[in-house]
Amino acid sequence: MIFKARVWKVGENINTDLILPNRAFYLPPEEQVSYVFSANRPGWAEEVQLGDILIGGKNFGMGSSRPAARSLKNLGLSCLVAPYINGLFFRNAVNFAFPVVECEGVDEAFEEGDIAEVDVIGAKVRNLTQSRELSAKPLPAPLLAIIQAGGIYPLLEKEGLIKPKAIANPKR
Amino acid sequence: MGMTIAEKILAAKSGQNKVSPGDVVTVRLDTIILFDNNFMPSNWRDIQHVCDPERLVVVFDHRVPAPNQLAAAGHRTGREFVKRFGIRRFHDVGREQGISHQLVADYGYALPGSTLVCSDSHTCSGGVFNCLARGVGGPDIIYAAVKGETWFRCGETIRYELSGKLSPAVTAKDAFLQIAGVYGDHATQNVEYGGAGVASLSINARKTISTMSAELSAEFATFECDATLRDWLTDRNSMAFSAVNPDSDASYKALRFVDLSQLEPLVALPDSVVNNSQPVKNLKGTRIDQAYIGSCANGTQDDIELAAAVLKGHRVAPGVRLIVVPASQMVYRDVLKSGAIATLMEAGAMIAPPTCGACGGGHMGVLANDETCITSSTRNFKGRMGDPSSRVFMASPATVAASAIVGSIADPRDFLQ
Ligand code: SF4
Repeated sequence: MIFKARVWKVGENINTDLILPNRAFYLPPEEQVSYVFSANRPGWAEEVQLGDILIGGKNFGMGSSRPAARSLKNLGLSCLVAPYINGLFFRNAVNFAFPVVECEGVDEAFEEGDIAEVDVIGAKVRNLTQSRELSAKPLPAPLLAIIQAGGIYPLLEKEGLIKPKAIANPKR
Repeated sequence: MGMTIAEKILAAKSGQNKVSPGDVVTVRLDTIILFDNNFMPSNWRDIQHVCDPERLVVVFDHRVPAPNQLAAAGHRTGREFVKRFGIRRFHDVGREQGISHQLVADYGYALPGSTLVCSDSHTCSGGVFNCLARGVGGPDIIYAAVKGETWFRCGETIRYELSGKLSPAVTAKDAFLQIAGVYGDHATQNVEYGGAGVASLSINARKTISTMSAELSAEFATFECDATLRDWLTDRNSMAFSAVNPDSDASYKALRFVDLSQLEPLVALPDSVVNNSQPVKNLKGTRIDQAYIGSCANGTQDDIELAAAVLKGHRVAPGVRLIVVPASQMVYRDVLKSGAIATLMEAGAMIAPPTCGACGGGHMGVLANDETCITSSTRNFKGRMGDPSSRVFMASPATVAASAIVGSIADPRDFLQ
């Protein structure tokens, strides 16, 4: 699980309501994506290209249990890297199979537009534009396994414990 | 080296002798709460099996009574789920309804030493009952309902030692805003509250602090068990429990001290709760359009009676809307009996039925563009209660009530001595 792409940067304490605002709460997931950061960065969601990497600041994802991580994934982002991540956002990311990496100093090691290489399993984050490498916190093996399985729902579907449901996805 | 409260419950419920920061453990869940948002079409997955209907609770709270067809459809799905699996503890629109975290308090669902999850971030509220309670995600809650277990990542624990006693018109919300203002976020960490000052706080007051700990990004927020808590629980739940107190040699990331007697009313400025508190005197005179008293953190009997004490004999300022939302039907009945509702209505408050309502920007007091609200609820994020250009200040119910009288942010000590 190695991603190499252009990075976007956001600041500290990015909350779930900025990622998935109330106005979009009950829309189908594929429509929720166009509201990501509409309050703090209007128009941004349209600029994201499939595979782009998001670099967040400290305490990324504070706030509610809403499926904000699913919106970032559905937007086409390949992963999120932040110094440290709110525990509830982190759970949602793992369970929706959106790779997240906690890496101290990452917010200072990148300018927006730099090219990053993120090795999720090897826990390394490289800034290819500025030739820098940072060590990240390794993802615990059981959580990596959930991400590799495509999240929690496919696991439950396979055992027949929940009914399958196709989720439309415009960008991937 | 000993363990903190969170570590001890994690160990007991995962069958380990010891759990330390950094460990990921699979934990048996005693109580699993689903609420109306889980059943909305964009979130729901059709569950074919539940671990044990007796461990499940179903609550409708975020959109109650249904404000639109989507919510109504979600409620319908929820009722079908309850019927299909024979879930006994169901809080539908009606006599036993309320905000999930308030119902946990009203009915004693969270017992000391037990584990509880709900896919609402303020579930850490249940930590006041010496319970390991945590907000999880939508997929988590479906997994929990099916399998009866979940994974937790153990973080380091910060302990707050409370001492002294709050002054009149200063509340547990102010104590929380003090901690959030000074220490900022606690992401990936547990918080544990203890010390001699806890005894002076009612369960409702302690619950404000445990509930608000979600805003610290804390993993778990726990209180010790004392006589006040035992009395609260034995009145509501006949099941036996054993308290879990921290080991005397438990290892904490930090030990911090808060003297309740030194606190003053505080207000969090709009857009963030952490690192954003100001003494009310610095904000005096800030014009408001709406004042909101309610939510899982501050819609208790104590909160509503405190607001009534401030508003008694006064009128809400012209041009200001005061909305008061008891957190559950049980609370509502209690404050009807005590006369607080009559006092509030006489002053000009609108009383809404128990619901999350405008706390989550859903309904019952949503803000228009450029409006300013002062709220006793849990969050002041940009656009949280309505239009992204609206501003939300956060304070105690006493400060909100005083502000409703004056029409701008005001000091509750001017009304309560
Ligand atoms: S009252 Fe507000 S914070 Fe509490 S559960 Fe409802 S929406 Fe969440």
